[in-house]
Amino acid sequence: MAGNGKLKLGLYWAASCGGCEIAVVELREKILLLDEAAEILFWPVAMDFKVKDVEAMPDGHLDVCLFNGAIRTSENEHMAHLLRRKSKVLVAFGSCAYEGCIPGLANFFEKSSILRRVYLEVPTVENPEGIIPQPVTPVPEGEIEIPHFYNTVKTLGQVTDVDYFVPGCPPQPHQIWAVVEAILSGQLPPKGSVVGATEKTVCDECQRIREEKRIKKFYRYHEIIPDPERCLLEQGIICAGLATRGGCGALCPTVNQPCRGCYGPPPNVVDQGAALLSAVASVVDADTEEEAARIVGEILDPAGTLYRFGLPASTLHRARM
Amino acid sequence: MTEPFEPRIIAFICNWCTYTAADNAGVGRMEQPPNVDIIRVMCSGRIEPAFILKAFALGADGVIVSGCHPPGDCHYSNGNFKTFRRMPLLEQLLAQFGIEKERFHWGWISGAEAVRWAQLTHEFTERIRALGPLNWSRQLESKEE
Repeated sequence: MAGNGKLKLGLYWAASCGGCEIAVVELREKILLLDEAAEILFWPVAMDFKVKDVEAMPDGHLDVCLFNGAIRTSENEHMAHLLRRKSKVLVAFGSCAYEGCIPGLANFFEKSSILRRVYLEVPTVENPEGIIPQPVTPVPEGEIEIPHFYNTVKTLGQVTDVDYFVPGCPPQPHQIWAVVEAILSGQLPPKGSVVGATEKTVCDECQRIREEKRIKKFYRYHEIIPDPERCLLEQGIICAGLATRGGCGALCPTVNQPCRGCYGPPPNVVDQGAALLSAVASVVDADTEEEAARIVGEILDPAGTLYRFGLPASTLHRARM
Repeated sequence: MTEPFEPRIIAFICNWCTYTAADNAGVGRMEQPPNVDIIRVMCSGRIEPAFILKAFALGADGVIVSGCHPPGDCHYSNGNFKTFRRMPLLEQLLAQFGIEKERFHWGWISGAEAVRWAQLTHEFTERIRALGPLNWSRQLESKEE
């Protein structure tokens, strides 16, 4: 705690979209309560701090650091180690830091093909000289260094020791507030726990009517107007709810969108994609091998669908290089 | 370093059909390669895709899944239906992860087909030997290049 009794808080983003930062702001008026209780010492997205301010802190100076974003570059990793050292409690905040999330889908590719695509092939890019960023570039004034771009996206927990994990893309504000309250009250669960979520699945929170799952055909979202009352999976839309931790309040199914799995695997499930594969395929309505192969064969991009949010944290971590 | 490559193969096989075949193959003194490590499960429908991914992640060069012939042989009447619905999707998934489809075999061997089990272990081992090691743990070692 600071001299004024306030909690010393840091917030940082690595490879992320900024949605987790918005989610913190979405605490709305409660952010004033947060400000009353906590002194924010580092939050680059919202306030003017520099890395050197963090470097100047004694080790363990921050009581809590909410770290969002995956580890994509050497800078992300450097900041992960730095903030680990400076924080008593390091929280992997949001799906990217927890399990890799959307940036982690890059693990289906390798560095060279990603850079080629982004800097040379994208139709809106004009790069006649074919310049691809290099870690070190000589210029008349000397050398410019930029962070190294890693081949593999990693989670925060894969590069440093993490105390708590908050799932969600982004974490829902009411869950963030529950975590903040837990921190302020000092009533924290055992180290390594997933906080700001439930111990059940999204299906447990979903109000849709479930009858019987027998899938004759899988549909992509734009191919069908789903019945607003009935379970989406029963209608042939791949809904990740049954392999996803609850806590969001079944936000997506409530508005007629399938759960995409952003809260990560439920407790005791190691590999969310494999669990979802198992559940989805076993209710395919096919009594012959040929028919089963045909129906599941129509699923486009199964790996990207099943591992949309958790590829770096999954059993295989990435596609083969 | 120059030790010859010996494939490490994990076989998830069901108690009632394929395990009986493997057992009979042993009792019948049929020669089988020592590369195949058997994990007996009660039903091929019990084999979660996660088991297969974990086997590859922990160093298996190839994985076999085998159960009772559909439609009628399953001890639990339709456990093998779950298997043939899941495995084709898992095959697609493995392909997207860059794992050659030859490294994963799934199918059916009944208790009376001990010879077929012995043949499968031979053929599969040689197929994997020709492909070389998978060595999945290497994936996370290289940080940058």
